[in-house]
Amino acid sequence: MSEATIQLLENLNALACGLFLLTAFGIVAMRQARGCLMLFIAQSLLLAASAALLGLRYGSGHLYGVALVNLISKPIIVPWLLRKTSPAEVYTRREIDQALNIPVTLAIALALAVFAYFLGIPLANAVGPEFRGPNVPIGIAGLLLGAFTLTVRREALPLLIGILAMENGAFLAGISIARDLAMLIELAIATDGLIIVFIMGVLVRAVQQHVGTTAVGELASLRERAAEPTAPEVLP
Amino acid sequence: MCVALAPGQARAGLASTRASFGCIDEGSTLTQAMAGRIVFNLLQVLVVMGFAPLAAGVLARLKEIVQSKRGPSVFQPYRDLWKFFHKDEVVSEDSSWIFRFTPYIVFVTPIFVALLIPVLTSYPLFFAFMGDMLGGGFVLALGGFFATLAAVDTANPYGPIGASRTRMVGFLAEPVFMIVFFTVSFVAGSTIPYIVQQKWVTPLANFFAPSHVLLMLAFVMLILAEGGRIPVDNPTGHFELAMIDESKSLEYSGRGFALIKWGGQMKFFVLLCIFLNVLVMPWGLAREQTLLAVLLAIPLVLFKIFCFLLVLVVVESSLAKLRLFRIVEFLGAAFITSVAAMIAQVFSP
Repeated sequence: MSEATIQLLENLNALACGLFLLTAFGIVAMRQARGCLMLFIAQSLLLAASAALLGLRYGSGHLYGVALVNLISKPIIVPWLLRKTSPAEVYTRREIDQALNIPVTLAIALALAVFAYFLGIPLANAVGPEFRGPNVPIGIAGLLLGAFTLTVRREALPLLIGILAMENGAFLAGISIARDLAMLIELAIATDGLIIVFIMGVLVRAVQQHVGTTAVGELASLRERAAEPTAPEVLP
Repeated sequence: MCVALAPGQARAGLASTRASFGCIDEGSTLTQAMAGRIVFNLLQVLVVMGFAPLAAGVLARLKEIVQSKRGPSVFQPYRDLWKFFHKDEVVSEDSSWIFRFTPYIVFVTPIFVALLIPVLTSYPLFFAFMGDMLGGGFVLALGGFFATLAAVDTANPYGPIGASRTRMVGFLAEPVFMIVFFTVSFVAGSTIPYIVQQKWVTPLANFFAPSHVLLMLAFVMLILAEGGRIPVDNPTGHFELAMIDESKSLEYSGRGFALIKWGGQMKFFVLLCIFLNVLVMPWGLAREQTLLAVLLAIPLVLFKIFCFLLVLVVVESSLAKLRLFRIVEFLGAAFITSVAAMIAQVFSP
């Protein structure tokens, strides 16, 4: 492989990582639930692109497998599962409220991203020169931003997407560090992710049926009516 | 499709420009070269003046087509300007000199910036080293500053509303501009547009560097905000209370209005030139110092602008105008994008 091709591949990989970081910011700050889901799909596609580019760069067939698994499970099966399990009302919600207002959220997210760089670059440098790339710091940033999404969101579907975004971030860092992991592990992780989505989707449906809303941020106080000796509530 | 310029060639261009600044009496060839440069400079200004209304007309027409309307001809802005220039001008008795002075400033500032940036040529021209991108930004801001003053000057109730809103958008856009220019100077080691534009394509892989793509994204959002385009402001709206950019020129009529309108179109055109020629790639610009090459660059640059207008139409037709306080979030997103570009550049391992 010529020097120019390698540089092009590395730049394209860096570009995929940069856009990945941007989608992570978007998931934290997007107002619409559907927009959140779209950004997650875009993020997963970028993750798959990064895996494929790294596979091309290092000639690793395993990374192509990772790209393929990601391409099938996250952008296709996850939205399909969510649509099957959770009620449609979840998607049509706009103007989701947040624990913090959006400029403050974005500022904190920015600080987290810079922190991830300070954490990730010495880490990658300590391991070896071949791990020096944007994947490790941006993967850590994706992880942190996903966790941050969990803390600021007050709506069920974006919370779920926050968890999945954390997994995406860990994957993005992982594909540059462990280039030849057993395929079984990747498949296991992907299946795990799908089961999480399935369970959470069912949970969201149950919450929506019981409470009438998926704005879980408002569910702050316990209901004590169940303790009364009267007959159990009849579900609608 | 796009061949990288050898760095030596650009440097030779810089050197000869410096030479033409220094000594004039060094023989007829230098004088001739200088005359050529001046002609190219004039050509740049004429292109900006002449084609700015056309870009506005094409954009309006494309939008109408997307909305399944026929829309006015692409030459309608020229007819409008012609009409306004031939109408009488009404100036309020209570307005000061600022009101009468402002149209000329709004008209002249984009022309000044057109002298600083590469509109047609990829080698620096006569005034290229008079100011960098920051300088260009300040010159453009001067026009905006006087437009704001003039809007307040007439005491028309809608003028100050629009003026203060424009200031709001402006001061939110300012940090994004700053970060974009800082990142550019990190990448290229300079903020002179003629030097910056070569960096993105030498080698071609640089075009896909994350800092470059994220910068482009951030700058597109800035163009939408600064040009008063749809997610931020509706340029075709006629409801005074919802106006941001337009209400500043409500009190103008006749020649003053024509100058302000033409100036606004030129400012938009200049922003497009900065974006497409400096920040995206210098493809299509003239590389040889001959009149033919420079003339050939005109259709190529116009084609580039047309392609970008297509993107802009898609953006404008698929988004709704944001509520006023949502603009903070829009420009916050632009800020995040530009900072992500800076992080990717500065901390790149």
